[in-house]
Amino acid sequence: MSEVSMVVNGRRVSGTVEDRTLLVHFLRENQGLTGTHVGCDTSQCGACVVHMDGKAVKSCSMLAAQASGSEIVTIEGLANGADLHPVQAAFKEHHGLQCGFCTPGMIMAAVDMINRHPGGLDEKTVRAELEGNICRCTGYHNIVKAILAASQTMAKGKGKTKKAA
Amino acid sequence: MGMEGIGARVARKEDKRFITGAGRYVDDMVVPGMKHAAFVRSPYAHADIRKIDIKAAEKMPGVIAVLTGKELKADGIGNLICGWMIHSKDGSPMNMGAWSPLAVDRVRYVGDAVAIVVAETKGQARDAAEAVAVSYKEKKAVTDAVAALKSGAPQLHPEAAGNLIYDWEIGDSAAADKAIKAAAHVTTMHIVNNRLVPNAMEPRAALGHYDKAEDHYTCWTTSQNPHVARLVMSAFYNVAPENKLRVIAPDVGGGFGSKIYIYPEEIVCLWASKKSGVPVKWVADRTESFMTDAHGRDHVTEVKLALDKDHKITALKVDTIANFGAYMSLFSSAVPTYLYATLLSGQYVIPAIHCNVKAVYTNTAPVDAYRGAGRPEATYVLERVVETAAREVGVSPAELRRKNFIRSFPYQTPVIMNYDAGDYETSLNAAMKAADYAGFEKRREKAKKAGKLRGIGMSCYIEACGIAPSAAVGSLGAGVGLWESAEVRVNAVGTIEVLTGSHSHGQGHETTFAQLVSQRFGVPLDQVSIVHGDTDKVQMGMGTYGSRSGAVGMSAIHKALDKVETKAKKIAAHLLEADEGDIVIENGELKVAGTDKAVPWFQMALSAYTAHNLPEGMEPGLKEGAFYDPSNFTFPAGCYICEVEVDPDTGQTEIVQFVAADDFGNIINPMIVEGQVHGGIAQGVGQALLEGCVYDAGSGQLVTASYMDYTMPRASDLPSFKVSTSNTPCPSNPLGIKGCGEAGAIGSPPAVINAITDAIQNNDLAMPATPQKVWAALKAATRH
Repeated sequence: MSEVSMVVNGRRVSGTVEDRTLLVHFLRENQGLTGTHVGCDTSQCGACVVHMDGKAVKSCSMLAAQASGSEIVTIEGLANGADLHPVQAAFKEHHGLQCGFCTPGMIMAAVDMINRHPGGLDEKTVRAELEGNICRCTGYHNIVKAILAASQTMAKGKGKTKKAA
Repeated sequence: MGMEGIGARVARKEDKRFITGAGRYVDDMVVPGMKHAAFVRSPYAHADIRKIDIKAAEKMPGVIAVLTGKELKADGIGNLICGWMIHSKDGSPMNMGAWSPLAVDRVRYVGDAVAIVVAETKGQARDAAEAVAVSYKEKKAVTDAVAALKSGAPQLHPEAAGNLIYDWEIGDSAAADKAIKAAAHVTTMHIVNNRLVPNAMEPRAALGHYDKAEDHYTCWTTSQNPHVARLVMSAFYNVAPENKLRVIAPDVGGGFGSKIYIYPEEIVCLWASKKSGVPVKWVADRTESFMTDAHGRDHVTEVKLALDKDHKITALKVDTIANFGAYMSLFSSAVPTYLYATLLSGQYVIPAIHCNVKAVYTNTAPVDAYRGAGRPEATYVLERVVETAAREVGVSPAELRRKNFIRSFPYQTPVIMNYDAGDYETSLNAAMKAADYAGFEKRREKAKKAGKLRGIGMSCYIEACGIAPSAAVGSLGAGVGLWESAEVRVNAVGTIEVLTGSHSHGQGHETTFAQLVSQRFGVPLDQVSIVHGDTDKVQMGMGTYGSRSGAVGMSAIHKALDKVETKAKKIAAHLLEADEGDIVIENGELKVAGTDKAVPWFQMALSAYTAHNLPEGMEPGLKEGAFYDPSNFTFPAGCYICEVEVDPDTGQTEIVQFVAADDFGNIINPMIVEGQVHGGIAQGVGQALLEGCVYDAGSGQLVTASYMDYTMPRASDLPSFKVSTSNTPCPSNPLGIKGCGEAGAIGSPPAVINAITDAIQNNDLAMPATPQKVWAALKAATRH
């Protein structure tokens, strides 16, 4: 068993887990944060993307013990209270989701992508950057649109949040 | 059109929970005392089970129960069935082999469930599942349907001699033969429709909970149709009577057909919950999903298309072998028959059509309806052969299609369908204009200078949705009726709940269904709630598949709204001392037309419940239900154009343009409709370029069992799409809706392959058109 301790969505949490416990299972089962999903077992689909110390990681591909001592943000911690993050707002406005299962990982990956491209994004870059996230519903058309729109909003507002729709 | 009513591009109500991580899927459910299950599955494609030794597994840490098929059978749990009876052309009923939820004496595909282990944690359940010692005697396997029909092939089921499930036909063979003989030109093709894995992003899951105190079962499951699941589990599998079984399908992460069926796992989890005394949750991992979700397509077809000297189509003859896998899944028999062969007339006047279909058992996962279900296969056959015929006789593929379009409606095809309405030329013209079809040759020349091979291909599809009426499908063999139900409850404060038998797993019903209500009563969208997916809340329903929720599900709501409106107007008329016929509903008020006399909606609702001042003899309350059974199928149709560039050095195909012009009849929310088309096209392009399920022919092992091996379409594989719609209202339902969920997956594969074969000037190309295949076809073409 391993003792793990980390900050999740601004709150310090700790627990005793089997050594083999993946970060995603610690978040879902120990912390009850079920917004982070498991869609494959091979780190291909990206439904499990969270932020660790400000960077997107696939929480199905690392042990909870490896994340011990780090700062984790999940989809539940992205909005500022009732104010949606601009990427969340853009996914809604541009119909960037259907069944919603890949959505948390998509949004977390998109936030990271926008942060890594302060000079802005174009369609080709967004599509290439989405390599690690699979969506079966939308054909990506509206996801790409939403990320491009959010990128512009964030450039203008420097990350200011938008009132929930 | 109001701001939130029919036709408005309203953002989805359900999105809030999904974008904040608050969606609730089956794997998110926790029941006190809940334990975890893992299934022991066959590693062989075909083997006899000699012995199952569970002793070691039972002693593993955390193990609560290890249960096998023998105990399941002893408890009287029934075999899985296919619910649509098809008769062979000799009149004999289809040959259905037995499918036990847990295999007892023989396994027939890799992944066939043999035992269930229940343990404290998922990890412990898996560890113990590996410790279950099953002694198998491996048998020869066959995975290819054509090979399975040959004499000497391994035999799967004693009920199906020669692995043949049925040998079925439709249409007039002699008339088709005669027309082919007399034809000026006959195009002959061998067409393979590649096997696909649906791959909803949420893996299948089930949580079975037997409540001893109430002697009652609850099943949370990833289902597109929880009521059908309850019906089938009660009526056929003997899990529990309907009044003792509640099925809940909460948020479901995509279905695409694969979550219509009742699988062994939910049956076994419910049974195991009673047996072990704990709630039992099972969640598939992705490889389990690849192995055991019902697959799609897998047809091998020979086709002949006959043209007269004026290029009018005179006949179509089709001979198809359909791979059904190891067992007949719930809906499987209908897919290559009434959802396939009946659509072979496409958008064309074809005087003589004949289609023969052989359904075959193989040692592979069961095959059933996957987005489009039969209609993509029909469209692929027809649109490939029509395009090829145009090339062979040297006319424009667009003009050959235009010449043969059906132009007068209703139109009776030679293969059952009676098309009620359509305007195919409008879609063709819209697509050609959007794609700048006329300017293509210039673009081809330009690409050539850049060293690329550019090609253009089109596809004019038709599909049949809202499968109905019930009496008609019953006469064709369906075991259920295909109506839908709705209940509209107006609360005392005027807010409204709509209970529907449809199920939303991405389609946005919480928004579109509410738009229907908002349109009718002027009630804001946020005061309308849609309730679905729970058999304890909604009495009965048939669920969501076959693009039926709009045409059938919303029509049921429409019918219930009619009844509510009638009563609401009666109450208002009484309150306003006016004639019922003079009451109109506007802006949230019930008004006497042409006067300023009005009663607000909420006040009328309150009056219905206070019942202090109702018309003589009227019952209190305001709640109405309806069952709606359509009068006909609906027939969405459209034209898709794909333009590609092939790199001759690598065989890599890039889709440089994709245009969709669809006729879906009336549209409730264009944003959601466009989203459905985008997703459908992505799946169709996936089939055409990337996806192919591969079994090793010798061992029957599934080679493509993860996302490392099965190529899912990713963002960089696809372009942005140019989509548009034309609206020829459907005369067969009160809302004029045709359905839009499957069109993209139906229309796109032939458009893509027609484009690539145009680019490389070699028509001999099978899906998925991987760079390797395209390169080889290109080399073969240039050698000639």
